[in-house]
Amino acid sequence: MTETFYEVMRRQGITRRSFLKYCSLTAASLGLGPSFAPQIAHAMETKPRIPVLWLHGLECTCCSESFIRSAHPLAKDVILSMISLDYDDTIMAAAGQQAEAIVEETIRKYDGNFILACEGNPPLNQEGMSCIIAGKPYLEQLKHAASHCKAIISWGSCASWGCVQAARPNPTRATPIHLVPGLAQKPIIKVPGCPPIAEVMTAVITYILTFDKFPELDRQGRPKMFYSQRIHDKCYRRPHFDAGQFVEAFDDEGARKGYCLYKVGCKGPTTYNACSTVRWNGGLSFPIQAGHPCIGCSEDGFWDKGSFYDRLTDIHGFGIEANADEIGGKAALVVGAAAAAHAAVSAVKRARSKGGNE
Amino acid sequence: MPAIKTPNGFNLDDSGKRVVVDPVTRIEGHMRCEVNVDANNFIRNAVSTGTMWRGLEVILKGRDPRDAWAFVQRICGVCTGTHALTSVRAVEDALKINIPENANSIRNIMQLSLQIHDHLVHFYHLHALDWVNPVNALKADPKATSILQMKTGPNHPKSSPGYFRDVQNRLKKFVESGQLGPFKNGYWTNPAYLLPPEADLMAVTHYLEALDFQKEIMTTRTIFGGKDTHPNWLVGGVPCAINMDGDLAAGAPINMERLNYVAGVIDRSVDFIENVYIPDIIAIGSFYKGWLYGGGLSGKSVLAYGDIPDRANDYSPKNLMMPSGAIINGNLKEVLPVDLRDPAQVQEFVPHSWYAYPDEKKGLHPWDGITEPNYKLGAKTKGTSTNIQQLDESAKYSWIKAPRWRGHAMEVGPLARYVVGYAQGHPEIKEQVDKTLSALGVPLEALFSTLGRTAARALEAQWAVHKQKYFFKKLVANIKAGDSSTANTEKFDPKTWPKEVKGVGFTEAPRGALAHWIRIKETKIDNYQCVVPTTWNGSPRDNEGNIGAFEASLMNTKVERAEEPVEILRTLHSFDPCLACSTHVMGPDGEEMAVVKVR
Repeated sequence: MTETFYEVMRRQGITRRSFLKYCSLTAASLGLGPSFAPQIAHAMETKPRIPVLWLHGLECTCCSESFIRSAHPLAKDVILSMISLDYDDTIMAAAGQQAEAIVEETIRKYDGNFILACEGNPPLNQEGMSCIIAGKPYLEQLKHAASHCKAIISWGSCASWGCVQAARPNPTRATPIHLVPGLAQKPIIKVPGCPPIAEVMTAVITYILTFDKFPELDRQGRPKMFYSQRIHDKCYRRPHFDAGQFVEAFDDEGARKGYCLYKVGCKGPTTYNACSTVRWNGGLSFPIQAGHPCIGCSEDGFWDKGSFYDRLTDIHGFGIEANADEIGGKAALVVGAAAAAHAAVSAVKRARSKGGNE
Repeated sequence: MPAIKTPNGFNLDDSGKRVVVDPVTRIEGHMRCEVNVDANNFIRNAVSTGTMWRGLEVILKGRDPRDAWAFVQRICGVCTGTHALTSVRAVEDALKINIPENANSIRNIMQLSLQIHDHLVHFYHLHALDWVNPVNALKADPKATSILQMKTGPNHPKSSPGYFRDVQNRLKKFVESGQLGPFKNGYWTNPAYLLPPEADLMAVTHYLEALDFQKEIMTTRTIFGGKDTHPNWLVGGVPCAINMDGDLAAGAPINMERLNYVAGVIDRSVDFIENVYIPDIIAIGSFYKGWLYGGGLSGKSVLAYGDIPDRANDYSPKNLMMPSGAIINGNLKEVLPVDLRDPAQVQEFVPHSWYAYPDEKKGLHPWDGITEPNYKLGAKTKGTSTNIQQLDESAKYSWIKAPRWRGHAMEVGPLARYVVGYAQGHPEIKEQVDKTLSALGVPLEALFSTLGRTAARALEAQWAVHKQKYFFKKLVANIKAGDSSTANTEKFDPKTWPKEVKGVGFTEAPRGALAHWIRIKETKIDNYQCVVPTTWNGSPRDNEGNIGAFEASLMNTKVERAEEPVEILRTLHSFDPCLACSTHVMGPDGEEMAVVKVR
């Protein structure tokens, strides 16, 4: 016997009216508009909870920690009412053989019908034994589960790109999920970030459950709904960039006025993520608002692109209409005078508008 | 192996049945544990193994020291930030940078948020299921649960019979659905669970409430650090500039609205910790106070570095609000001073770790450490190199090194801090401990146990919420006095740095004493070494045969059913193991990793 999300909410004493309100809020948080609310309601009234195996490789658990900070929906409701989180070694009651038995049982009962959520990545050096699960390389557990799953979610920058343990010289040869040799060909959705924003993680899950499909992905495999714009494009400090007003040093006058952090190293202009729109921890803030430059943590190889405090020297003079497919993660690698040009164009515009007095 | 006595006083006997737990779950990272139980189901030998290694310090070589905090913060996302804080302190120590008072207050508020959050989440979401049986909660009478709630936590508003009935119904449907999620394959028929159904229902309800509330605790870090998990830090201070009433204050990192937000979070944290967490510890503890296994090293050898500097830039013990010092040989009358720069004090050994030293009889101080990974299994291992059935603990058996303080295996963590503080007569700690012991009606010796470790963590969370208030007031008073500065950037430009320097930074992470040692050469990291809490607690044996804190704590514990590791999990979880943290090392020359040969 399985129960639907709607039934679960009803029996908690939530009225149908509140349930429908929840559905329209969910639609709004996904940027879908009110017409989608009935579709969400229908999905939640009719679907049993989908089994999820959440495996951990080499990682730091920041993705799980981010996930439990989700404000809407609450992590509690995702776990109790939306998915069936059958295996997640960070929170599961069972250990050892009783834990491993769950992987097999899920495969047996739901072959081809469960989601494989990957946090972290497998090391290929040391025969895979720098990450051991049940006496064997994690790589084996991953490949085994992948060959039976319906689809894979690569949580965070570890699973998506490799992240910190894959930074030069990558001593364990930590490898992102989509590049694991011999991994079964399954649809993979990347949700990068170190960690990803909590509400982005839960929105991706909610979207999949609601529409019974992956959200539209960009060429790099990221959901377009959250990763199609750069931090810079929607940054509340963007007007200061355009006006040539920069923080020159931490805690200077510009820092106190919330000027642009470009000159102290902000990677916002080359980073695709939703931090400046969705923001963090229930929409409370994001790194730039708190005064630190974006370090580009959702970008492939962001650890190996120079100091976080070095100024980007390669921003193209792109408009906000340029998308991830056109620029890709390569923007930061293509060296040019474009950043200066971008800043200069803004400065020229400013000078023009002020009659050349600056 | 014949039965042997370790130099630190434990009798090891591996003749009984071997029980393997891999993976140990509800921890950060990956860990394996093997024990031998005798004919009466008592544990007589324990083997703990770190089963992951990422090599972050290798990756740090040649990087900009100002970036190091971001790399090492990714050592662990559970104790997020404590490595970053330790790192900026190490760099500031090396470069002799003083930070402003406001930066010290903000860092302390952030670090205390972590203590509070980590302790709370650990208790309810990683540890509670070792004591609490959610299936048994279905049998509870909601009215009786309500009475229990009002008796144990009278100041918590969610206490009506209807409230508990709703939660019970939700739980019931969840269990009846057959999709048990995280509760699947738990040990719910094991007689080790002792709570009556009402206490189980109350605790499961608080499991859910705590899951909702925990996210709020960390929002102080979203305000000051821009995001959480993994907020942002800065060498020289904090990145969040203050602008209370000047031009454009609304877009500044810190203004009146932001401070008000933080104040509200701090107040609600006080309420939750004092009205839910502490009463639950007493309520649950009262049913388990006869189960006093798991003391291990806690009554013998404990270590704390101290943390939470009252005034900025003074890291001497008298200015640290969390206690520092070492106790050895169970002599609580003497707390010894700890010097992280002294090569004779902290040393790491590798005879039982998957690393090689030229002379494995000797330990090495972190500034002079060597790392050469050497994944090699002992001759008595059962299985193969990639399919281990049973480890051979007489040889190398863990990715964790064995750190020692003046040759002693030490326990670190909340209990270690509380034992050191209690021994020093720290008034706040003494009051809390005495009050708790008296509420449970147990003697001081009861502190040296699994339950004592779990209780100390809760008391520390309570201590921490009040210290957050203290530092918030201090921050506001300092701003009021006209000081808005948050960063010292005089030496931010690497061109101002000496050619070669070294430094050490330390904190008390939620799991215990943490230190980073750094060498900087020509503005780049030449060597970076972390010795972290779980390296201390999870340490394998050393050259003398001393066992570490995890292994010691499991010794002589009675298990109800050997095939169900409830008691093993209970005691291991009481340390809040963090395996991603524990396995990091890099040599003094930062030499490239050797290729690992598997034999």
